[in-house]
Amino acid sequence: MERTPEQCQMNYHGVDYIFYRRGRGTELGRKQRNRKRAEEERRNEGSSTTEEVVGEEGQGEEQSAGRMEAAMDLMRRMPPGSAETALNALLSLLPDHSLDLLSQVDLPLQVRMDKESLKEYILCEYNRDADSYRSPWSNKYEPPLEDGTLPCQEMRNLEIEANEVFSVYRDQYYEGGISSVYIWEDEDNGFIACFLIKKDGQGKRGYMQIGSWDAIHVIQVGPEEEGAAHYCLNSTVMLSLTTDNKQSGTFNLSGSIRRQMSMTLAVADGHLVNMGKMIEEMEGKLRNSLDQVYFGKTREMVCTLRPPPEVLNMRLPDS
Amino acid sequence: MSDGGGAGEPLSDRHKREIAVWFLSNAPAGEIHYVAKDVRALLGDDAVYEAAAAEAFPEYNKTHLVPLELPDRSGDIIITAYGELDKNNYLDPRTAQVATVDHIKQTCTKLRPAEDEELPSAYIEEFRSALDAELSKYVAEAYPKGVCAVYCTSGKDTEGPGADFSFAVVISASKRSPQNFCNGSWRSIWTMEFHYELQFVEIKGKIQVDAHYFEEGNVQLDTNIDRKDSTIMQSPDDCAVSITNIIRHHESEYFSSLEESYLNLSDATFKDLRRKLPVTRTLFPWHNTLALSLTRDLAKELALGK
Repeated sequence: MERTPEQCQMNYHGVDYIFYRRGRGTELGRKQRNRKRAEEERRNEGSSTTEEVVGEEGQGEEQSAGRMEAAMDLMRRMPPGSAETALNALLSLLPDHSLDLLSQVDLPLQVRMDKESLKEYILCEYNRDADSYRSPWSNKYEPPLEDGTLPCQEMRNLEIEANEVFSVYRDQYYEGGISSVYIWEDEDNGFIACFLIKKDGQGKRGYMQIGSWDAIHVIQVGPEEEGAAHYCLNSTVMLSLTTDNKQSGTFNLSGSIRRQMSMTLAVADGHLVNMGKMIEEMEGKLRNSLDQVYFGKTREMVCTLRPPPEVLNMRLPDS
Repeated sequence: MSDGGGAGEPLSDRHKREIAVWFLSNAPAGEIHYVAKDVRALLGDDAVYEAAAAEAFPEYNKTHLVPLELPDRSGDIIITAYGELDKNNYLDPRTAQVATVDHIKQTCTKLRPAEDEELPSAYIEEFRSALDAELSKYVAEAYPKGVCAVYCTSGKDTEGPGADFSFAVVISASKRSPQNFCNGSWRSIWTMEFHYELQFVEIKGKIQVDAHYFEEGNVQLDTNIDRKDSTIMQSPDDCAVSITNIIRHHESEYFSSLEESYLNLSDATFKDLRRKLPVTRTLFPWHNTLALSLTRDLAKELALGK
């Protein structure tokens, strides 16, 4: 992936890095800049690093790619519960890669209360402008922003409907939790939708002492052509389950997985139906692989370390 | 190549080292070398890396009860604080030898017979070796890749009946399967106080099981439990049998409770987080959402109208 210093600069100052990761730029994140990046910018002011960057080309690029690879390898080895600490550590070691890091590492979602509707909404890069976050309920930024970026009316209408429907979906599958949907026009007549779900707490059946589920679904929808559109979905689920009792001690399973799915679908029934079905299918798949494959593998490992009694008994007559 | 258009204030070497130590210390069982390779590449500064490695590896090896093969191939020595004579020298109580270890390479470099003052008295050794023999049988039977050791942690110079002493039992079993993106470890530490006056042995244990599966993801199991028990003081051989039975009992009970946690996971625990199917037991009616939002609007209006 080649980028000229100008492009870097542009990406740095404006284009939302998550869009960048998905291979596309957008004007929407123009003013978006989190505190961390703002700080870095302040630090970088006055340092004439562009020349250095150019000068280092060649060997530097290889080293740089190697560092990103090492950073991502660390992220899949560190305890999932410490992802935030790990990310902060990587950011301080690799300030030059902060955009790449922030776009490739997902962290558990944060929640804020909409003071008008008294409904909670989820914070992410898709509803952030400077240090403010836009509520999907009131369409207002908190802390208030005079010129905060807003989606166009058509997108806002879709967003209102999506939030409404998605909360019903969320309630039916999660029996609680919080959801938010953010939608923006993309360049070339397409749009981007981000569906978020956060579920925390004990669960109503009481099997789980502490649990959390954070799902991030980003769908890039291409322009409509001959009644069909291309949908590209990137999903991440982060979860943690802890049971704690005298008999079995503390038992924690936690982790994250990320998957992608692309489809070209007829738009006759509307975008929301298509996006919703894709998300439902994806969530089902993610839940199933976590349950069957990922948790299953850790259970297999425990049984390899200490084979269950049946296995031992079966082995004894032979020996 | 540079996202931010340049580095800000350079991080101090001390800060870099602290970060490196944090990553190394948090490496899952069996993965510190992979983490070390990444950390080294990230730092791009061998001096800082080496300082961090020198600090983190010994602690990691002790926490993870890493077993190292003895140079004479007479068995494995477990790296644990209970056998630590100094930073690089560890006692193997079974063979009465002291191994010099290279923490970063995770190898034994030298071996020498232990000095008399490094070993327990003949009286204590009788208890220790009896327990070691009994425990080794159990560990060989229960853990395909398990190793164990028994250390005297206090009262090692007691010459005969009349004084208190204590032991620590260390069991370590690990499985590395990086080609299958899976690693794991079972570690247990049992400590026992032999109270002469009360003719009583007090036993405390901590079991810790970790597993990491990371093919296209990062999922980790992290479990631990504390257990307590006791037995009466008897002859060395009888003590060894009853202590081993207690450990066997608690460890197999714990294994069963882990199995049970897994069994509950799919249907109960995970369901608390997200159901497989909606409460309606059919896929979500995306086609009828218009009706859904209409009923909602209606409900809202009705509520407002009240």
